[in-house]
Amino acid sequence: MSDLVIPVALPLAAAAVSTMLGRFPAARRVIGVGTLLATTAAAVDLLLTVSDGSVVVGHIGGWPWPLGITLVADPLAAIMVVVSSLMLLVVLVYAIGSPKTSDETGFFHPVYLILAAGVSLSFLTGDLFNLFVAFEVTLTASYVLITFGGDRLQVRHGVTYIVISLVASALFLTAIGLVYASTGTVNMADLSDKLGEVTPALRSGLGLLFLVVFGIKAAIFPLFFWLPDSYPVAPSPVTAIFAGLLTKIGVYAIIRSHTLLFSHGQPSRLLLVVAALTMLIGVLGAVAQDDVKRILSFHIVSQIGYMVFGLALFTLAGLAAAVFYIVHHIIVKTTLFLVAGLMEERAGTGALRRLSGLMHTAPVLAVLFLLPALSLAGVPPFSGFVAKLALIQAGFDAGAHVTVGVSLLVSLLTLFSMTKIWAGAFWGDPMESDTIEPRRLPPLMVGATACLVVASLAFVVAAAPLYELGEVAARGLVDPSVYVTAVRGG
Amino acid sequence: MIAVLVVAIGVLYGCGVYLILQRNLTRIIIGLAVIAHGANLLLLVAGGRAGSPPIAGTDATAFADPLPQALALTAIVITFGVTAYLLAIAYRSWLLTSSDIVEDDIEDRRIAAHLDSPPAHGGEHR
Repeated sequence: MSDLVIPVALPLAAAAVSTMLGRFPAARRVIGVGTLLATTAAAVDLLLTVSDGSVVVGHIGGWPWPLGITLVADPLAAIMVVVSSLMLLVVLVYAIGSPKTSDETGFFHPVYLILAAGVSLSFLTGDLFNLFVAFEVTLTASYVLITFGGDRLQVRHGVTYIVISLVASALFLTAIGLVYASTGTVNMADLSDKLGEVTPALRSGLGLLFLVVFGIKAAIFPLFFWLPDSYPVAPSPVTAIFAGLLTKIGVYAIIRSHTLLFSHGQPSRLLLVVAALTMLIGVLGAVAQDDVKRILSFHIVSQIGYMVFGLALFTLAGLAAAVFYIVHHIIVKTTLFLVAGLMEERAGTGALRRLSGLMHTAPVLAVLFLLPALSLAGVPPFSGFVAKLALIQAGFDAGAHVTVGVSLLVSLLTLFSMTKIWAGAFWGDPMESDTIEPRRLPPLMVGATACLVVASLAFVVAAAPLYELGEVAARGLVDPSVYVTAVRGG
Repeated sequence: MIAVLVVAIGVLYGCGVYLILQRNLTRIIIGLAVIAHGANLLLLVAGGRAGSPPIAGTDATAFADPLPQALALTAIVITFGVTAYLLAIAYRSWLLTSSDIVEDDIEDRRIAAHLDSPPAHGGEHR
């Protein structure tokens, strides 16, 4: 029970304390890192408890089910909380080292902790309205972070992000209202039964509305246009954590709603088409870009397609592959954005036509970029290869040949745009600014990035047990009866 | 009564969408607020018929459904906070650009210029 509450309540309390300690930056850093360490520990403990496929349930405030606020940790939620806490911790260390966010009087630390609480709550909640609140907590913190510098570009693109998120929130609220009107409950375990009783037309209408709402958050085709515009303008650590976690909350919500609430039991043609188009359009966008962060932002969209593909199959293997893919993607994508931040820090720009020769002047940076970049493209023996192999095998087993073909083509184009960054930024003659007066990179930033690169390599070594864990999570998704019984009886 | 509310909800959503599609940031913000009002009314309607106030110690069978009221209350608070932040951003935007109009996307403009006249180097990024 306490493991369920800590990842949500502790960062919120710490954010309050951190706000009051505005004049003591060192204390703020200790509180931030300490809180996220405690959160990670609680999350790991939680994962160990549920790694056999069981479900931990907590009813907050003692209200009887299904009236009160329910927190639920099934294997999928626990995996997500562990990975997200780890990423939040590493990126906070990176942010402390980064000149852009180490602003000593600013509100970076408290807002970041609130973001952490919102992310954990989104994964752990067992109630639709509470999911809405968790989204809002996360988003409100992200509004502040994305416009953190307050300059003209950030305000312009921050407005796009805020307005599109608010439209999605309004739609979410509408969907919740309609669900309540048709079933009389907003508890997800309860809805799992009661949505089966409403008419099929109403049920698919509601399912579609939720897909649109979560699709905007997850940036699936055709609702992704806001992402490549708004993400690149934020400070690097912020972009990294957004890229790693925020869209994945949307993907998690799609998976949760489509297995628990609107279960199909067979491959969904709509989702397969959406997945293929998301992959393809995302990667084509990336190929056309020139700025490192924009290229990587389009790749987020493309990669979301792979995750939706795994879900769309609605088989055990497909869902297990999707879970594995999400974890791989969170680690690798966060790393790549951290490296992009380092490149900007070093060269003062992220535009490929201005970057050149970083391999000679900053060889460490080149290694830090190359490993996750190859992993993202799915080159063996990196984690991306394992994830894509599992996904493609699942796709063949389910007979989704077209989408499998598209995903292979997209892998090739991903590799192409990664080589484009490599050729543009790392090869060639060193830049003038870099040879005359080389800028030193803060060791804390490099250390944090290196930690994540090592983590992604360790992920390959431990691929077999981790994939089994993914299968345990997928089993709980294919057959939600364990989830529903646990929530009801708890 | 519910029919009146349903019409009101429709009108609110319609007006909100119209306002969001404008280019003035303040109108967009008002549009978002109007849609949020529509959604809150929708939550109330979702609770069914009106009844007596749900206060402990009174006749429970005559209660209005208290849950949608709690949901709407939470949603109102959230909308209030976010709208306040958005207004602050709009003010910041006005300070920076002296205009309330949402500018074109700079990257889009650059690509459009690139398409009109395809030189080797493309437009300058700013």
